[in-house]
Amino acid sequence: MFHWLEKNPFLFAVGVFIVIAFAGLIEIVPNFAEASRPVIGTKPYSTLELAGRQVYIKNSCNACHSQLIRPFKSETDRYGHYSLSGEYAYDRPFLWGSKRTGPDLHRVGNYRTTEWHENHMKDPKSIVPTTIMPGYPWMFTTNADIDTAYAEQLTVAQFFGVPYNKPVPMKDGSTTVVKMGKSIKEARELALEEAKKVAADMKDQDVKDAVARGEIPEIVALIAYLNSLK
Amino acid sequence: MENRPLEYDYTVAKMFMLTTIILGIVGMAIGVFIAFELAFPGLNTVFGEGLAEYTNFSRLRPLHTDAVAFGFTVSGIFATWFYVGQRVLKVSMAESKFLMFIGKLQFWLYVIGVAAVVVSLFMGYTTSKEYAEFEWPIDIAIVVVWVLWGVSIFGLIGIRREKSLYISVWYYIATFLGVAMLYLFNNMEVPTMLATSPAGEGAIGDWMHSVSMYAGTNDALVQWWYGHNAVAFVFTVPIIAMIYYFLPKESGQAIYSYKLSLLSFWGLMFVYLWAGGHHLLFSTVPDWMQTMGSIFSVILILPSWGSAINMLLTMKGEWQQVAASPLIKFMVLASTFYMFSTLEGPIQAIKSVNAIAHFTDWIVGHVHDGTLGWVGFMIIAALYHMAPRVFKRELYSKSLMAAQFWIQTLGIVLYFTSMWIAGITQGMMWRAHDEFGNLAYSFIDTVDVLHPYYALRGTGGLLYLAGFFIFAYNIYKTWTSNKEVDAERLNASPMGA
Repeated sequence: MFHWLEKNPFLFAVGVFIVIAFAGLIEIVPNFAEASRPVIGTKPYSTLELAGRQVYIKNSCNACHSQLIRPFKSETDRYGHYSLSGEYAYDRPFLWGSKRTGPDLHRVGNYRTTEWHENHMKDPKSIVPTTIMPGYPWMFTTNADIDTAYAEQLTVAQFFGVPYNKPVPMKDGSTTVVKMGKSIKEARELALEEAKKVAADMKDQDVKDAVARGEIPEIVALIAYLNSLK
Repeated sequence: MENRPLEYDYTVAKMFMLTTIILGIVGMAIGVFIAFELAFPGLNTVFGEGLAEYTNFSRLRPLHTDAVAFGFTVSGIFATWFYVGQRVLKVSMAESKFLMFIGKLQFWLYVIGVAAVVVSLFMGYTTSKEYAEFEWPIDIAIVVVWVLWGVSIFGLIGIRREKSLYISVWYYIATFLGVAMLYLFNNMEVPTMLATSPAGEGAIGDWMHSVSMYAGTNDALVQWWYGHNAVAFVFTVPIIAMIYYFLPKESGQAIYSYKLSLLSFWGLMFVYLWAGGHHLLFSTVPDWMQTMGSIFSVILILPSWGSAINMLLTMKGEWQQVAASPLIKFMVLASTFYMFSTLEGPIQAIKSVNAIAHFTDWIVGHVHDGTLGWVGFMIIAALYHMAPRVFKRELYSKSLMAAQFWIQTLGIVLYFTSMWIAGITQGMMWRAHDEFGNLAYSFIDTVDVLHPYYALRGTGGLLYLAGFFIFAYNIYKTWTSNKEVDAERLNASPMGA
C-alpha cells in the first residue's frame, strides 16, 4: 500500500514532517497575540527583581516550586487567587514548574516577609523543622549580577516592547512607572537604592554591611523578587 | 569483490556505545544521589558546605534529566543508528570516506557539547526550561551535531543498495525531523549581549545569558509542546526503531504485521504532537487546547499499543525464548513497560485524574517506568545484541545478564510503586478539607508523610544503577577478554556462561 513511499526517502521525510508539524501549527499559533497581553496591575520587573529572578533560575528553584495556582478551592485556600494568563506577560521564561516538592510561590509576596525569607533561605529547618529543603547560605556572600539583569531589561524593552519608564495601569486606577537606567551606572544605582530598602528589613549584619558598601548579595535580589510575587 | 558479504564498519557505533555506558552511569548515579537527597536532606551538604551550591538537589536535578536523556539515550540512539543503518540499507560506512568523517566529527562535537553542558549546568547557567536548559552557545553546538547526524542518515540512504526503507529507518528519520523542529522552536532566544543601553554601552553583563522569545503562557505552551514531544522523539520513536530491528534479529522471528507497523507509525506521528497540552491542564492556556491535549492523549493508546502488540506477537509460538534468553527478556519486558506506561500516561491526562496527579510524584513515577523499563531496557538489549557483532566476541556472561535483568526489574517495580503511593497520597492530602471547610493539612504535613516512599524510591534507583554497573562490566569483559567468534551468528547472540 505504501511501498512506493518507502522507496522514496525524500517524499517520505516531507510526509513525516507535514504530519508532525500540523498539530503545532493549529494549537500554538492562534494563541500568541491573545495570551501575552498583561492584566491590569501587572508591571515589568525592576532591575533588582530581575536579578533576583535570575538567582531563582540559576538555582533551579522551579525544580521544586511551582508558580501556577490552579482553579480549585484547595489551591485558592492555600495560595490565594488562581493564576491568570496576563499576570505572566513579563515572564521570560515562564516559571510554572512541573513538580511541587515545596509549596507554590506564585503569590508568596502576599504572605511571607523579608525577614521570613532571610531566615528560611539561610536555614530552612529553623523555620520548618522537618523540611527537606536545603539551605542556601552562599546567597548571603555571593553578589548578584546586576549588569546582566540590566542587559535583560534592555533586551526585553528593545525586542519585545516591555514598558519600562512608561506609565503602567494599576488596579486602583492609578499608574506606576518602573524605572530602567539609561546607563550601567544608573542601573546599578537604581538597584542599590532598592536593595537598601530590602536590607533595612534584614538582620544579617554582613549583608547590611555589604549593601552599605554598595554591593548587592544574591539574597537581597532574591527576596526583592519573591516579595514582588503577588 | 561483489560476491563477498559486506564488511560493516562499526567505528562510530563503538564510540557511541562507550558514551552510552559512561553517560548512563553518570546520569543514573546523579539520579540516585538526588533521590536520596529528598529522603535524607542531610546529603545536600555531604560534600561540605562549600560545595553545597553544586551538590544540592536543585542544581543537580537538570544535570540528571539531561544526562540520561541527552547523554545516555541520545548516545544509544546514535550508537544503534550507526549499527542498524548500515545493515538495513546494505551499505558500509567504509565505502564513504566522507560519511565516516562526518560520523567521527559528530561524535567529537557531541563529546565537547556534553562537556560544555555539564560544566555550564554545574555553574548554574540554565534557561530553566525542562530538557532545554542549555544556554544559546550550546544550543548552536547541539544544532550542528544534529545536522551532522542528518547528513549521516540521508548520506547513507543516498548510497544504499536496499531500495526499500526498513521500518526502523522510518523511525530514525522521524526522530531526526521531530527533534530538529521541536528543539529549534523551543529554544528561540535573544542573547542579552545584543542589547545596547541609551548611553550607547553594548555587550553588557554575562555573554552566556539570553531571554526567551516567548512570554508567560505562550512560553509554557511552546515549552510543553517541546517537552512532551521530546518524550515522543527521544524516548519513544527511536526506541521503537531499535525494537523493530533488534527483536526480530535476536529471536529469528519475522515482524508479526506490516500493516500494524504502518498504522502505528503514521498514527503515532499524527497523534503524539497534539498531546502536549496535557501538561498544562487547569493552567492559563485556553480550555480547548487543554481538552485537545486530554483527548489526543487517550487516542495515543492506539498507535502506542499497536507497536507494542506487534512486538509481542512477533514472539508468537516462540515464547520459550523468553525463558531461555535474558536478552529476549529485556526486549519483551521493554515492550510490556511501553504498554504499561502508554496506558498510565493517558489515564493521568484525563482532567479529573490530572487534578490529583499533577505536580506530584506520580508523574515522576510515570516518567521512570517509561524510561527505566522501556528506554533503558531496550538500549541495554540493543547494546548486548551489538556487542558480539561489533567486537566479534562471545558475550561474556549470560548469568550476569540474567542477574542484571532481575535486579533492575525489582528496582523499577520499587520505583514506580513507591511513587504511585507518594503521588496519590500527597495529591489527596493537598485537597483534603476538614469538617469546617478548612484545609486539613499544612503543606509540610504532606511532605513528612512521603519520607518512607522517598527512601524506597532511592533504593529502587540504586538497584537499577547496580544492574547498570553489571551491564557495563559485562560489555567491558566481552570487549577485552572473551572468546573470539569467527562467523557472525545470524540470530541468538552467542553468550558465555
